[in-house]
Amino acid sequence: MIRSRLTLLLLLAAAAALLMAVVFGETALSGAQWREAFGDVSSGPGEVLWQVRAPRAICALLVGAALGLAGAVMQGLLRNPLADPGVLGASATAALAAAGAIVLGLAALPGVVELSALGGAALGSTLLVAFAARVRAPEALILFGVALSSFAGALTALIFNLSPSPIATAEVMNWLLGSVQNRSWIDVLWIAPGLALSGLAAWGASPGLRMLSLGEETAATSGLPMARLRLVALVAAGLATGAAVAVAGVIGFVGLAAPHLVRATVRGDPARLLLPSALAGGLMLAAADLLARLTPTDQELKLGVFTALVGAPLFALIAWRAAREWRL
Amino acid sequence: MSLVELRDASATLDGRTVLAAVNFVVRPGELVALCGPNGAGKSSLIRAALGLLPLSNGEVRLGEAPLQRLSHRARAERVAYLPQERRIAWNLPAEEVAALGAPFLKPGEALAHARAALAEVDASHLASRGVAEMSGGERARVLLARALAAEAPALLADEPVAGLDPDAQLLVLDRLKTRSRAGQGVVVSLHDLTLAARYADRVVVIDGGRIVADAPPSEALSPQILGRVFRLNGRWLDAPEGPLLAASR
Repeated sequence: MIRSRLTLLLLLAAAAALLMAVVFGETALSGAQWREAFGDVSSGPGEVLWQVRAPRAICALLVGAALGLAGAVMQGLLRNPLADPGVLGASATAALAAAGAIVLGLAALPGVVELSALGGAALGSTLLVAFAARVRAPEALILFGVALSSFAGALTALIFNLSPSPIATAEVMNWLLGSVQNRSWIDVLWIAPGLALSGLAAWGASPGLRMLSLGEETAATSGLPMARLRLVALVAAGLATGAAVAVAGVIGFVGLAAPHLVRATVRGDPARLLLPSALAGGLMLAAADLLARLTPTDQELKLGVFTALVGAPLFALIAWRAAREWRL
Repeated sequence: MSLVELRDASATLDGRTVLAAVNFVVRPGELVALCGPNGAGKSSLIRAALGLLPLSNGEVRLGEAPLQRLSHRARAERVAYLPQERRIAWNLPAEEVAALGAPFLKPGEALAHARAALAEVDASHLASRGVAEMSGGERARVLLARALAAEAPALLADEPVAGLDPDAQLLVLDRLKTRSRAGQGVVVSLHDLTLAARYADRVVVIDGGRIVADAPPSEALSPQILGRVFRLNGRWLDAPEGPLLAASR
């Protein structure tokens, strides 16, 4: 009951954020321009509304939802409230693969950068789960994730270092900061199926995520096909992270914060957390993008910078709370 | 008829032999206590019986079937497991934790089983409370309820009373004894030899991965075994509540 009310509330809030993102922008439209925008989509105001603001807002919403979902799946899979694609390095490996593709000049080929990001996220997620299967201590996993993230970051820096073209370097840099600026309906077509498939996979793996709450050995003897469910969950997290990074670059902390914000309303159940976490992530990023756009600065604030500024203190807070729980 | 059987089972862990040609059987209606010093192989035997520890030799049979030929679900339907680890990752309500013992039932039915199991361990009042807000003893009862909710013919419990106060220890063993009297085959690994002697129908003593005694408590925990395996100078006193071990080093 509480959960369905929360879902409804989050849906309404996300719809409101979407509406505000389309209504508000650098250019204020008059009443006549609004009528023109709805009457003729190819008119100037129509272009602003339907080709600039709408795809950008929808991208922000769906990327946030993908990150919220990925965070919820990773936290369930690793039984750790600090798990998140950014903290644990899956975003960094996705970014590394995409940066490599850009510098190698493959960005001109449609879909190559996006597919590279997906592959990089899959690789990072696989390494994480392989480590988690051998080492149970949550602290050790966080350290491994930090190491993975640092190593992928170092390789990305190496790419910068050795890149022959300053244009490609600037392109990678711009992309690494994370943004949904100038995203089109093509980008929506990348993120939407990725998110849908990831959601389906996460839903399929959800009984396994719930069982993992009791630990690896209990889950292994529960009768559920845990190896398969773990793999499906891994695919879900990797796909959602990869699709989000492919479309918007590196945006940190949404995957960490979204599950945290709604966990109490589902009494901690990792299976029932998935949908509210995705909705909360979408709402957070749609609102963050609107704020980033409307903040009066000479250079528009990059979305990834904005979320990191808000998310890093939150990470510290969650780490503090989690450390208290580990003492149980 | 056996519920769980290890035949000539050997296993190694990090190059160390943890089980050496072990023959072990659990039948319906008996409570078997598994005793031995730290590192003797009690947990390894239980983990091997569940398929969590691969064997280098021998086989495990659940009912009439070799464990390796059974699906995950078929294994879980034959044996329930209560591990020593009591950490629960999230603050789930007790009844939802207990319902995880019956993952193949419809959610409503699983919850009904869970509530019945919680009542069985005197924990109905904890049903909607989050496990992170509970004491260690309360959480142990909830996890026992999860294992009971599985309703498997055999139940293997690895040190189910470790770290519990005396009242909680007696409650846990009382409930496991009741289950064995109702026909379930129950195995508990125990360090408290007085509790083993009081509750077990049969005691299996393991040392260095080998079974050194498999007999009724008075025989398996004889002064000779107490001296040889546990390095204790011990004797049994008769008390109205059951045998009581008086021991010194």
